[in-house]
Amino acid sequence: MNHSDTLKFVIVGHVDHGKSTLIGRLFYDTDCLPPDKVEEIEKTSKELGREVEFAFLLDHLQEEREQGITIDTAQTFFKTEKRKYVIIDAPGHVEFVKNMITGASQAEAAILIVDALEGVKEQTRRHAYILSLLGLDQVIVIINKMDAVNYDENRFNTVKNDVEKFLESINIKAKYYLPISALKGDNVAKKSENMKWYQGVTVLESLDSLKNKPPAEDKPLIFPIQDVYKIDGKRINVGRVEAGIIEKGQIIKILPTGQVTRVKSIEKFMENTDRSVAGESTGFTTEDPVFLERGHVVCLPGNEPYLTDTFKANVFWMFRKPLDINEKITLKCATQEVSCRVQSIEKRMNSSTLELLERNATILENLEVGEVIIKTKHPIAVKTFNEVQELGRFVLERDQLTCAGGIITEIL
Amino acid sequence: MDHLKKLESQSIYIIREAYRQFKDVAMLWSIGKDSTTLLWLIRKAFYGKVPFPILHIDTGYKFKEIYQFRDKYAREWGLNLIVHKNQEAVDRGVCPEKGKLECCTELKTNALKQAIAKYKFKALYLGIRRDEHGIRAKERVFSPRDEDFEWNYKEQPPELWDQFKSKAREEEHLRVHPMLGWTEQDIWEYIRKEHIPITDLYFTKNGKRYRSIGCETCCSPIDSNADTIDAIVEELKTTKISERSGRAQDKESAYMMQKLRSLGYM
Repeated sequence: MNHSDTLKFVIVGHVDHGKSTLIGRLFYDTDCLPPDKVEEIEKTSKELGREVEFAFLLDHLQEEREQGITIDTAQTFFKTEKRKYVIIDAPGHVEFVKNMITGASQAEAAILIVDALEGVKEQTRRHAYILSLLGLDQVIVIINKMDAVNYDENRFNTVKNDVEKFLESINIKAKYYLPISALKGDNVAKKSENMKWYQGVTVLESLDSLKNKPPAEDKPLIFPIQDVYKIDGKRINVGRVEAGIIEKGQIIKILPTGQVTRVKSIEKFMENTDRSVAGESTGFTTEDPVFLERGHVVCLPGNEPYLTDTFKANVFWMFRKPLDINEKITLKCATQEVSCRVQSIEKRMNSSTLELLERNATILENLEVGEVIIKTKHPIAVKTFNEVQELGRFVLERDQLTCAGGIITEIL
Repeated sequence: MDHLKKLESQSIYIIREAYRQFKDVAMLWSIGKDSTTLLWLIRKAFYGKVPFPILHIDTGYKFKEIYQFRDKYAREWGLNLIVHKNQEAVDRGVCPEKGKLECCTELKTNALKQAIAKYKFKALYLGIRRDEHGIRAKERVFSPRDEDFEWNYKEQPPELWDQFKSKAREEEHLRVHPMLGWTEQDIWEYIRKEHIPITDLYFTKNGKRYRSIGCETCCSPIDSNADTIDAIVEELKTTKISERSGRAQDKESAYMMQKLRSLGYM
């Protein structure tokens, strides 16, 4: 087994459509559950007067178990013969959307789960939209609770078509549509005897076919400065390589100052190396005594990100007090932090139905999506989300609380 | 980059983010395998010169090996080690025999509260991992606690794309968890790769070894013949026993960990 192959995926969908149950089932069928955990779940289920609830594996908070819902996102680990997985469980209740986003923003792929009986609901659509906003393009759609509709092929096709239609409208093409019963185990680890009409893959097979996010090593260098340390008389600029490679001897350019210098050394503790690649936390010194500080972005001359104070973005607002175009808020993009204003809200949309609520709006309410123009106080180094995700996504903060996530769609 | 290098890089990134924001920080060192690995990562992040204190909350009930190990490496690594004990509770006679919940609360949680108040720490680094316990699976990387130390798990701040919650408000402190995404197996593979020193309580003696260590009074060893790190890594690949099965505070009742955590337990 290759360890670099660990894949992180999130399970999203409407409340009660079976996210936590599916996770419990995956664990149970892959034999990843320690006996003392099974015992603990059996005991608590009994205390609450219920049948054994696999959902308790992740729903660990007292309220979660008593009310049978997931409140917060959780991460857990399991493995198949092919590789290791991190499963991110996300709550399906509308009040906990920010917990869902927290979970989903860390995933490389997603399972969208839909109840065969209930079909597409409010959070099914909202979660799908959030997946598209986060740039998650590996999506598996699972139609769950097939046992509750007598394993009916027609019902499966109806729900599948509904989901497909919605996903098309947000430019997501699902890799698979699977009919399953998480409760009974149909098509999770083994093919279902109850749905002979279905010839496709099981949940485990579909997961094993997913790919890890490709490393950004082949792209031009982007190194946002995180901090500067003075160690033994050296000024070491530390941070994480977000794209490309940084090497000893390389000529680099620093944004926004425009200074050009050369990398004198790569600095890692207890390690001699001349280069660091995308994803690596590292440090470097420069040949000239240039002044670097947090928020500066190191790149290659001639292959620079845009330096701009105005861009178009899609923003998901997740705070009770609405966003107002007259207020000053803080934008954080990689290690850059700048005061900004949302200059205009060209479109204000319902994040579940994607219905256009208003053009040229002045506020954005909780759980609404806006197509906006942002003006920052100083120019910052950015890319569009499609070019380099790490420099094309940002959060908005008010009073030191994150209240929105956004992606840059166009540089103005 | 391989799996361990990815985990290491992510942890170092978080460690540096937290120190950038909070200078009044400390790391909680229990001397176990996880916090010793965290200390190793912190030494890497700051090029061997840890710029803040390392805090050991001593209950007085730790294994003697723990005290020996602590003093040896505190010296060797030039650490600013702070040891704090809730002496008032010990003097009152609080001990495991009289009640485990009270003992953990007084000698760990309240001892930590005292230390935070005394040294005015604004943030604390902890080596907890999501795979240890279901409650820990729900933690954020930056996790705020209010003045009563309570963990408001329903109102946890969103964390997107490594943008963590900024500056703590006056009354709260932050828990920083750089190793949430590591598993027990990752820890051992990393210890092996990096040759991180570790107390020998983890290795078998007379057919038993400790998988998770804390107070001598509340830890029981598991059956095991693992006498090397290689053997431990192999054992973890096949074991069906969960890591904290030897820890008493996880067992008392279904929600004891949640209660302890919401009261500020580590």
